[in-house]
Amino acid sequence: MGEVTVHALRGIDLDIYAGELVVLLGTSGSGKSTLLNILGGLDVPTSGTVLYEAQNLTHASERELTQFRRLHVGFVFQFYNLIPSLTALENVTIVTEMKEDSMPPQEALNLVGLGARSHHFPSQLSGGEQQRVAISRAIAKRPSILLCDEPTGALDSQTGISVLEVLEKVNQSMGTTTVLITHNASIADMADRVIQLSDGQISNIHTNAQKCSPRDLRW
Amino acid sequence: MFAQGLTLVISSINRKLFRDFWYLRGQAFAIALVIAGGLASLVMSVSTLESLQLSQTSFYQRARFADVFASIKRAPDSLEARLRNLPGVNQLETRIVAPVRLRVAGFEQPISGKMISLPDSGHPLLNDLELFQGRTIRSDAPNEVVISEAFAEAHSLSPGDELSAIIDGRINSFTIVGTAVSPEYIVQTQPGTMIPDYQRYGIIWVNRRLLASAYGMSGAFNDLAMTLTPEANPKVIINLLDNALKPYGAFGAYDREDQISHQFLSSELDQLSVMATLLPTIFLGVAAFLFNIVISRIIALQREQIATLKAFGYGNYEIAWHYIKLVLMISTIGIAIGLLGGAYMGRGLSHLYSEYYRLPFLTYRLEWWLVAVAVVVSITAACTGALFALYRVVRMAPAEAMRPEAPTNYRATWFERWQGWQLLGAPERMILRQLSRRPLKALLSIFGISFSCAIIILGSFGQDSVRRMLDIQFGHITQEDLTIVFTDLKPLRALYNLQQLPGVHTAEPFLYAPVELRSGHRKHRTSIQGFNPDSRLRPHLDSERRSTQLPPEGIAINQFLADKLHVSEGDTLTVEFLTGHKRVRQIPVALIIQEDYGTLGYMTLESLGRASSEGPRISGAWLAVDTEVLPALYQQLNDWPGISFSVTRHEILQSISDMLDEQILTFLVITTFLAGSIAFGVIYNSLRIAVSERARELASLRVLGYTQREVAYILFGEQTLLLLTAIPLGFFLGYQLAFFFVSSLQTDLFRMTLIVNQGTYTMAALVVLVSGVISAAIVWRRIQHLDMVAVLKTGD
Repeated sequence: MGEVTVHALRGIDLDIYAGELVVLLGTSGSGKSTLLNILGGLDVPTSGTVLYEAQNLTHASERELTQFRRLHVGFVFQFYNLIPSLTALENVTIVTEMKEDSMPPQEALNLVGLGARSHHFPSQLSGGEQQRVAISRAIAKRPSILLCDEPTGALDSQTGISVLEVLEKVNQSMGTTTVLITHNASIADMADRVIQLSDGQISNIHTNAQKCSPRDLRW
Repeated sequence: MFAQGLTLVISSINRKLFRDFWYLRGQAFAIALVIAGGLASLVMSVSTLESLQLSQTSFYQRARFADVFASIKRAPDSLEARLRNLPGVNQLETRIVAPVRLRVAGFEQPISGKMISLPDSGHPLLNDLELFQGRTIRSDAPNEVVISEAFAEAHSLSPGDELSAIIDGRINSFTIVGTAVSPEYIVQTQPGTMIPDYQRYGIIWVNRRLLASAYGMSGAFNDLAMTLTPEANPKVIINLLDNALKPYGAFGAYDREDQISHQFLSSELDQLSVMATLLPTIFLGVAAFLFNIVISRIIALQREQIATLKAFGYGNYEIAWHYIKLVLMISTIGIAIGLLGGAYMGRGLSHLYSEYYRLPFLTYRLEWWLVAVAVVVSITAACTGALFALYRVVRMAPAEAMRPEAPTNYRATWFERWQGWQLLGAPERMILRQLSRRPLKALLSIFGISFSCAIIILGSFGQDSVRRMLDIQFGHITQEDLTIVFTDLKPLRALYNLQQLPGVHTAEPFLYAPVELRSGHRKHRTSIQGFNPDSRLRPHLDSERRSTQLPPEGIAINQFLADKLHVSEGDTLTVEFLTGHKRVRQIPVALIIQEDYGTLGYMTLESLGRASSEGPRISGAWLAVDTEVLPALYQQLNDWPGISFSVTRHEILQSISDMLDEQILTFLVITTFLAGSIAFGVIYNSLRIAVSERARELASLRVLGYTQREVAYILFGEQTLLLLTAIPLGFFLGYQLAFFFVSSLQTDLFRMTLIVNQGTYTMAALVVLVSGVISAAIVWRRIQHLDMVAVLKTGD
């Protein structure tokens, strides 16, 4: 058997606007993670163009991509990816130390309602709390874009909703452009825009006339 | 059907084994190198030890090496029969030994030597010669000599060449008929020196009648050797012999243990035995530790695979055996490299020894039993290390193993109460917490790396100490350019003749008196050296560079002798003079000094002369001369009657330095390979395991915007901290091991003051740092290729 070229994404033409909350919806293998990797500067497309404001990221070097992530992107992972040897506060500090106009780490933790648990290690926190620390870590450096990859994927629905509330709060109070990947269609109702992907292509984009509060979501 | 299925599964498992091995190849090679180091050091030291011991034993037997030796001033031949009848004597042979000056055409510098009589048969009854070239002397052919093989080699002399010897002030010409070695002179050191100088000191064997007539010993002898019956006690015989020889000017009989050449060789064999135990223990201990951490990591990574195998019905022992096979594969590579390396290094070491020890049958051999022992020891060490890790496999229940491992649990550590903690950034805190989470592992890594430093120090301290000893001896204690020793004691005016020689600007007298020192039931035979207290050529006595001057009265002895006789400053020694008027005196110990070798006593010339009743006669003189007149002076001294020998300081120093330089390279290659393999083995494996354990964490940091360098800082920072702790610890361990080594090998003849030079410490640190840099360079590639995308998707 010879090698087969698989296109993870094809013919994507997409603008994401400052301050909006976008939900990328799709089944497993639809290409949503690949799109997120490209948006977050973890990968570059084989063809086409990726622009962040005026900066062309299409052929950016490894160093330029690192710089882009460092200054402009906040990541929230499905499995939180906190550093186990650092306390909640230190997990935030590790990011705020990288950028000058970051918010004080304690303030970032207060924002997600974990100010009182700042000296706990990840192993001493619940899954929801860990994810809130991860969000606090992602927003503490005041990123322009917040990319969340299945942020509720490892959580029960109640904890998931409290995490989504934090994301909504950040989006609204800080005006951070937020892209949220999920295969959970219920979450789409809290977005400004919902982009559906299937087989590496955008199959549908729609704007929610009326956004739902995460509290009203059910799955 | 079932059997067929099982066969397939087993072969798949073996395929997994090879794949695991290939995946681990870098680490496997690093561990194999450590095993190789252990095995090589074991094979090298034991095989060299065996070769030396075998050559020594067979030569001693073949040549009938004597058990007891004695020198006297002069005894009649008629005494021989009486001595032979002493109880416990098996064979006894008397002989004539004469100090001579030798002349070899084309060599300007003075050569001293010892001429030993041979019976008419050409072969002595005891201490027989092993001929290298030519034949032994014929009784009917006058003026034939056999010369020592090392001396012949140093001067390119062979049978047929001529040699002149000044015996008792008269020149004699000889024809060399053979070159040989004797069990008495495997190491040929000139009296008063510690390192053989084969160019300036030779042993010559000549017909007894000829030597007797030249040395005025007709019908007499001045030396004897004997073997003892198996049940005889050497101490008793020595006492009997001393009493029998007393009227004839006995210098004191001694047994084989005190025979200089034998003492040198025994001390070397002892050193090799210590090395043969110490080095392999260190290496194989470190190898066991490495197997433990690597197999532990593999088991952690293959947790689910192990659970699956267990679920399929594989037993604990089958799975454990699977990992043991991996350990055996890695060990086999180490064993192969170690055996080859050990044989190569052993050959090199034996070659070095053959330059120093003139053993006739010193051929390097690697015995099969040693190979077998080395293999068993290596495999045992490797499996022991792995077994501790494999215990986890046995404990793991299949269902539990199917679940991922619990998240790593960290707690605040005690040092976080330290105020400076607040000043540390997050990366530094990660480093410190990571280390404190597994303190035992960190500690063992530190010890492993520190042994690398220690090995360099162990391999080099000998050189450093000998150089320091030379520096003290020739640059600090002895200031003379030439030492003149008279054949017999001479009146003090003989000194003035020497002072008149051209180019001599200082001549100072000395007196040697052979004595027995006694304190209670303890006694020791040695000599007392007397010289002027204001001596310019012997300004210091003490090797610690304290400007210790001779006390006006009493005797100065070194710490070693003081310990042996259980005396301290202020105590009184009974001193029996063994020659001349044979006085017995009570002399107070006025000073105890530090000295690296020998057990001489020191007194002022005047007080020694008085005590021995030999004064104001002298044994010889030290001369300080202009170096440019040396050749002319040699010429003149060669014709000077009644001088037994003269030694030059510069040339001795030069020849010793040359010898040391030659050895340095061999030792440097051996120790750098050994130390480097241990440092690389530990550091590389620690780094690789750290990358494997923390790949997810480091990749997460990369996603968050950390650069490759920042991530590397966290990873390498931890190792750097270990290295920086290990280096000073290694200095300490190396020093302590060397100290143990030196203290366990103290002899009457030689005591090494432990010195480790700055250069050795630098070299030790460099080996560790370079190993660290090489390991980091290899691991750097993995940091560059951390899979950032994967961490977005996978859980712990």
